[in-house]
Amino acid sequence: MSADTHSRKVAGPRRGSPRAPLRAVLALCAAAAVGGARAQVAVGDIFPAIGAAAGAPATEGKVVLVDFWASWCAPCKASFPAYGRLSAEYAPKGLVVVAVSVDEDPKAYASFIKKFSPPFAVLLDREHALVSRAGVPTMPTSYLIDRRGRVRFIHAGYHGPATERALRAEVERLLSEP
Amino acid sequence: MKPAPRLVLVLLGLALAVLGAGCTSAPLARVHPWERALLADSIMDPGRDPLGTAMMDHVTSSREAAAGGRGVGGAGCGCN
Repeated sequence: MSADTHSRKVAGPRRGSPRAPLRAVLALCAAAAVGGARAQVAVGDIFPAIGAAAGAPATEGKVVLVDFWASWCAPCKASFPAYGRLSAEYAPKGLVVVAVSVDEDPKAYASFIKKFSPPFAVLLDREHALVSRAGVPTMPTSYLIDRRGRVRFIHAGYHGPATERALRAEVERLLSEP
Repeated sequence: MKPAPRLVLVLLGLALAVLGAGCTSAPLARVHPWERALLADSIMDPGRDPLGTAMMDHVTSSREAAAGGRGVGGAGCGCN
């Protein structure tokens, strides 16, 4: 090889590094994973404050059952009689049941309340502020909160008598704690 | 093929596979469980009229010799 040819080969155009687009793709994947994942309240976390919304009951020092429901959710409707029974039996002992609706249509919410007349506190989270902070995994989802405000049990979905039995045992356990 | 480009292609394929899998995972779903009011409407259920669906299936298979093409779903309240 002549010196001129060797110089041309050495001084020729340099290709771009293959690692740069790979880094970009990996960064995109990481951003999608982090940005897309939503925060969820887990057992042991302090539950987000329900706030001073109209109809919000006093919950300090009480065992609280927060249930997220909607009028378009069939299992949610099926769960209301169970929560009514729990409220009737354990409210005198310190249980507070709060059903938070995520209905965007106030008429659907009002119609459901008028039809079922639940014997416990019902709130409307129309702006989805509380439900998005809770990050519920499915509809309905209920959270049992102890007297210190910490989430102790989470029920994703409502599965009939089995869920009611589990809730009953958990409520009794939390009410027995100081 | 040189070793460096093959490794890049393998890693790129893995990255795309992870990204694709992430798009279908629950934490990355863009419609949250509490936002499914419209999807829960009965009008969004393609199987709301079994008789009509059976008729269209018959028409499609007898006139066009075709079947399927129903899509991947995704409607419904997604409850429980």
